[in-house]
Amino acid sequence: MCLGVPGKILEVKENSIAVVDVDGNQMEISIRLTPEVEPNQYVLIHAGFAMEIMDEEVAHETMRLIKELEESNEFATGIFEPSAG
Amino acid sequence: MSSQPEYLNRLLGEIVKEDREMALMEVCGTHTMAIAKSGLRNLLPPNLKLLSGPGCPVCVTAQGDIDAVIELAVKPGIIMVTFGDMMRVPGTTSSLQEARSQGADIRVAYSPLDALAIAQRNPDKEVVFLGIGFETTAPAVAICADQARNLGLKNFSVFSLHKVVPPALEVIFSMPDMKIDGLICPGHVSVVIGLEPYEKLVEKYHRPCVVTGFETQDILEGVYMLIRQIRQGEARAEIQYTRVVKSGGNPAAQKILEEVFEPSDARWRGIGNIPNSGLAFRPEYGIFDARKRFDIMDREDIPIKGCACGEVLTGKITPQDCALFGRACTPLKPIGPCMVSHEGACAAYYRYPPPSPSKKG
Ligand code: SF4
Repeated sequence: MCLGVPGKILEVKENSIAVVDVDGNQMEISIRLTPEVEPNQYVLIHAGFAMEIMDEEVAHETMRLIKELEESNEFATGIFEPSAG
Repeated sequence: MSSQPEYLNRLLGEIVKEDREMALMEVCGTHTMAIAKSGLRNLLPPNLKLLSGPGCPVCVTAQGDIDAVIELAVKPGIIMVTFGDMMRVPGTTSSLQEARSQGADIRVAYSPLDALAIAQRNPDKEVVFLGIGFETTAPAVAICADQARNLGLKNFSVFSLHKVVPPALEVIFSMPDMKIDGLICPGHVSVVIGLEPYEKLVEKYHRPCVVTGFETQDILEGVYMLIRQIRQGEARAEIQYTRVVKSGGNPAAQKILEEVFEPSDARWRGIGNIPNSGLAFRPEYGIFDARKRFDIMDREDIPIKGCACGEVLTGKITPQDCALFGRACTPLKPIGPCMVSHEGACAAYYRYPPPSPSKKG
């Protein structure tokens, strides 16, 4: 599935690592693909990497859509188990 | 973007006005699922067909490649790390899940970075990441190979089954029995590749391409943008999903892809070999190529009996046209990958059946 998950950057650490909040869960991701990102910005996350910076409104809509798609599908992998796409 | 019912109705009103026969293909599995779920097919007039394309990376993986992966996964000393949706895909003799239940060390990961960490923790094992996915996923894997090189990790490699989307679209456009009037292009693949590859396609095949988001409103807008171009006799590459996709794509992702991988031939289920549609490691990164490291030979593609995934993936038939659909083949007992992957067209049609059995066109 080629759908990214939106997250909010909480902290930028060394070695292109950032701590993000994804729907209330904190996790570390790589920001090598969005080197200019700063705390409080939202990013589209796929397979542990920030793919693009997005604005807050878009991030909320994307999260709503993901939840909708997942709730409707008991065979779906969870937000934290993205699939190949 | 708020979903205003009024605006959606207006869009739909414009779309329904079109009375020409038209077939639009959604390339991305996430679109297939979103379209099925939104019930859009019920709302569109019968002359307007939305066909599913080869946009689910799990589904397009060739049978022979799955068999080769399983052959490696069961070797002693190997830890195979994969995204979850590959586990149940049937190979000729077993799936990764079955191989695991018989003792193979196969682990599901969220990110290829997890595979790197597993390799660091298990220096006495060979850790192989199963690299599946299009341009959205491949940069992540490229970065991991780069990090593995910087760390001097000797026990990490990647079985690259990565594919790139544009060459497959080219094949679809040039199929003699295929009439696709326009493409609903994948939103998140395009975050990486941008608009240029579609501009090239448009130039060559004169069919409009619109990069589209995943909300119902996005899809309706994308469909409308395609119809408008077709009506006016135009063909351009456009972005509906401007909220996230930039026309130049993501330069950092393009750069790392270019550094680590080079184009190679790749087999697609239902299509066969497509030149330059795969991603193989460049010689500088050749040590991370699991196929080379473990001497894995190409395996012949043995079709799954009765499964019409190949035709589904090229929009030639809709899932209900497969004799096994919903009978022998369901999401709980899937026969082909298009039913295994929750974004496969068969799974989408099973969960959200369109109104009439099938509108073959
Ligand atoms: S319904 Fe099942 S057997 Fe038929 S094409 Fe789809 S996945 Fe293959």
